[in-house]
Amino acid sequence: MRGPAVEVANLTATHQRHPAVHHVTARFEPGSLTAIVGPNGAGKTTLLRSIAGLHRIDSGRVAISGASPRLALLPQQSGMDRAFPILCLDVVMQGMWSKLGAFRSASAGDRDRAQAALEAVGLGGFARRPVGAMSAGQFQRLLFARLLVQDADLILLDEPFNAVDARTASDLLGVVRRWHGEGRTVMAVLHDMDLVREEFPHCLLLARECVASGPTAEVLSAANRLKARMMAEAWDETAPACAA
Amino acid sequence: MDALLGPFVEFGFMRRALVGCLALSVAAPLLGVFLMLRRTSLTAEVLAHGVTPGIAAGFLIAGLSVPAMSIGGLVAGLVVAVGAGALSRATGGREDAALTALYLIALALGVTLVSLRGDTGDLTHLLFGQVLGVDDPALLLMAGVATLTLPVLALGWRPLALECFDPGFAQAEGAQGGAWHMAFLGLVVLNVLAAFQAMGTLMAVGLMMLPAVAARHWSRELSGLAYAAVGLATASSIAGLLASYHLDLPSGPAIVLSAGLLWIVSVVAGPVDGLLARWLRRPHLAG
Repeated sequence: MRGPAVEVANLTATHQRHPAVHHVTARFEPGSLTAIVGPNGAGKTTLLRSIAGLHRIDSGRVAISGASPRLALLPQQSGMDRAFPILCLDVVMQGMWSKLGAFRSASAGDRDRAQAALEAVGLGGFARRPVGAMSAGQFQRLLFARLLVQDADLILLDEPFNAVDARTASDLLGVVRRWHGEGRTVMAVLHDMDLVREEFPHCLLLARECVASGPTAEVLSAANRLKARMMAEAWDETAPACAA
Repeated sequence: MDALLGPFVEFGFMRRALVGCLALSVAAPLLGVFLMLRRTSLTAEVLAHGVTPGIAAGFLIAGLSVPAMSIGGLVAGLVVAVGAGALSRATGGREDAALTALYLIALALGVTLVSLRGDTGDLTHLLFGQVLGVDDPALLLMAGVATLTLPVLALGWRPLALECFDPGFAQAEGAQGGAWHMAFLGLVVLNVLAAFQAMGTLMAVGLMMLPAVAARHWSRELSGLAYAAVGLATASSIAGLLASYHLDLPSGPAIVLSAGLLWIVSVVAGPVDGLLARWLRRPHLAG
């Protein structure tokens, strides 16, 4: 498998006309593993959602190479109803939506694949458990199992290791490494700089605008990180229309 | 045995009421389950009262005619459904106060319209329904709505559930959750109209919501909730009609009271988060 390249060209995406991502240009090579870092409010989530086609692009464009690249996004957990009465195996089965859709029935093979994904994230015995009984870490493992089943070429992870303990993070990181080894293109929004330095060959430092992108060691230089911190987070109500 | 079957064997109007209520019982509680899971239980109440002015307008024009009142109610219900959706978007999901205002106005408007021409009997009919006076067109409406609701829900089951559980994922996968939700609201309007024939505008959502809320205490799984809700609604319908016959109670309230009683039983004795289950704790497992 060879994941697609992603080309972001002069991309601007806004919230109520204020840019969250402002004239960002970046390229993600096929099969690359990239960390997206930057302060809170830097537009990391908006960038991922724009690439996934879930946030309206104001100007510029996103191009994903390949005939029909399959894309999977792991959002932050806040939008989900953790009290919903559903069993773990059924959540994993949702990952087969592109194959099964609203109407087709799942085969025994599909169920085995879902069960195998649960085992791969360390939730082997959880198939018949309701999600309401899971901890935040277990729930994140479950979402990774759903991602595994989605079998996407391009995988976008929004703060995948938030609110999980060290062991869960390291297990899930193993899954990310496996995807990278298989040649999938992976991007992850992260806050842990040590983790980024150790595990992610490429990095994009974002502060609404692209501060730097490329090999992680160069991107995360002291000068770049200071620059990112200086870029105002301010929401200027009286900002004029952008001329660029 | 005779006390259970006798009324239905002996009296045609009891059989008709039973058939109508069973039609409501197999369809409406399923919608109630989804409304509860979306935390929009209030929507059912708003739609039930929201159809009132339309029904009243139909009544003003054509008298107690099922087709006229249903068409009026359908139009009003769809307007309220769309309006409630717009309110929800405008208030960022904190629409409950605005919706309450909306249904109070709708109810008052409906009652006023009926009072313009009708007498207290018509008003009682509008507010509380007449299960025991269900005529052929009303029975056809109730059965037809149930017949439409079940297959549409069966087709939309997965997208609706996915949209409830993880709307972001549903959107990313192109599950058409929004379109199915509109169809779903349409079904709620139709079921409210069907229920109105039997239970009146004040009780119409009784068989939709009470069994659904009670079902929460019987299963941790969506399909289990659906079976439990339909079972509870069916039991409430039969028990309510029998109570109404033997104790000479008004039938609509008797059915809703039966559903309420089953809800209390569920809260106390249900296996999921029931009070008894909490008090009579079994020893915890080793792992």
